[in-house]
Amino acid sequence: MRTAFVNAVSELLDSDPLAAVVLAEISADEFAKAAARHPDRLLNVGIREQLMIGVGGGLALAGLAPIMHSYAPFLVSRAFEQVKLDLGHQGVGAVLVSVGASYDWAAGGKTHHAPEDVALLDTLPGMDVHVPGHPDEVPGLLAGAVSQLRQGGHSSYIRLSVVANERSYGPADPRLRVVKTGSRGVVIAVGPMLDPVLSAVADLDITVAYATTVRPFDADGLRALADASGTVVLVEPYLAGTSARVVAEALEERPHRLLSLGVRRTEVRRYGTPEDHARLHGLDPAGLRASITGFLG
Amino acid sequence: MSMTYGDLPRLLTLMTGDEKHTPSATSTLDVLWVLYDRVLRVTPEHPDDPERDRFLLSKGHGPTSYYAVLAAKGFVPESWLPGFGGIDSPLGYHPDRNLIPGVEISSGSLGHGLGLAVGIAHGLLARGDARSRVFVLVGDAELDEGSNNEAIVYAGAVGLPNLTVIAIDNQSASYGWGAGGIESHFAASGWSAIRVNGRDHDALYSALTTAPGRPHVVVATVERKE
Repeated sequence: MRTAFVNAVSELLDSDPLAAVVLAEISADEFAKAAARHPDRLLNVGIREQLMIGVGGGLALAGLAPIMHSYAPFLVSRAFEQVKLDLGHQGVGAVLVSVGASYDWAAGGKTHHAPEDVALLDTLPGMDVHVPGHPDEVPGLLAGAVSQLRQGGHSSYIRLSVVANERSYGPADPRLRVVKTGSRGVVIAVGPMLDPVLSAVADLDITVAYATTVRPFDADGLRALADASGTVVLVEPYLAGTSARVVAEALEERPHRLLSLGVRRTEVRRYGTPEDHARLHGLDPAGLRASITGFLG
Repeated sequence: MSMTYGDLPRLLTLMTGDEKHTPSATSTLDVLWVLYDRVLRVTPEHPDDPERDRFLLSKGHGPTSYYAVLAAKGFVPESWLPGFGGIDSPLGYHPDRNLIPGVEISSGSLGHGLGLAVGIAHGLLARGDARSRVFVLVGDAELDEGSNNEAIVYAGAVGLPNLTVIAIDNQSASYGWGAGGIESHFAASGWSAIRVNGRDHDALYSALTTAPGRPHVVVATVERKE
């Protein structure tokens, strides 16, 4: 996904004279060619995340459309007050693009894991959140987020991961996409969680809907899909329950029950691979199947 | 009828309620007046002109001097001042750029203005505007915030020629800035640096209109905060 992102952004810098990128060392090598072509609009501020966000806010105040990019914990939580105050509070926006996700570099340990990123950004007004599940979905989501900025709109966060589904599920679309239909409820699989969810529930009589855009959440789509059972299972690749609030709001007028699956709060203090961590958090096909069948009863 | 420096005390008395921050407000009064009266290329008729100079009040505490100068120069009506801090007033104890004409950034939390200023300076140059300048006012205690260090070292290294910092030094930082003062920290990162009397209008004007071709800091000494 990072390669797809770098290619899309490099083309954007060529075509849009107001597009700009701010880096804090991460991915600077990948962007070297673009930096050589656009030294005034591809800025690497060094290992300075507060400055990365502040500079992005300043570029936006000067009328540019900034993209800030780093490893997820350093982009989102390290300089969170800058994200809060230097963008939306100023009345300007940016596109924040992370790599690393919840535990892409599992062996790197807690310091390089960011399961909390979406929940943290969800405390801010005016922050769309996109979670692509395949590299082919990245350019469209990026183009949409930048286009929104260029029209004076608010910020977006795009969460890239090395974990991806086998295939893409079509062009960027903010709506829930039905991948499988059933009658005992609906499972919402976010981004790279789609493949493990499909493996887990292949033989179950349940609807599976795919989401890449979780803020704003497709409340109308969920209401259309939620059947008489009122059963909803949310499977997110970041902190469990992050989107429980928006699901509850979507269904506040009708009886429903919700199982929220995702990365657990417990700090596991283990290394290994992303697959190992998915298993530890019950997000592998076997773990998902056990949770979902238990919930369906 | 245009107002003068002599009108500022009267305008200041219209704003009450934030006496806790009176020392930080009055420490900036002369710098703000010189900027808006003689230095900045910005007018109340066109506060959003893309080719204007930018002034960023990073140290958002005690903004009464700022509001008084904005009123004296016609950016906000004098009738706004008595409402200072009230529920229906656009003038808060920290300024919000979305509410006040001519205010470039919303500030209050220390250490945000300099990073934003670096971004604006870059943005102006990327848009081909090499004339407009970016001024950002910080306090000596505000420089405690590490975010400033990120911006100082970076801006010095890339040599932004359109960036000027005004550091109001009322010696309020608990641990000070050492024998060389604030200016030595900027100079070590490649900035042009000068210290002047923060009450001397001609000295301030001269220092603020210096364009050394690299980032420039004007340390303005004022009375020590009691």
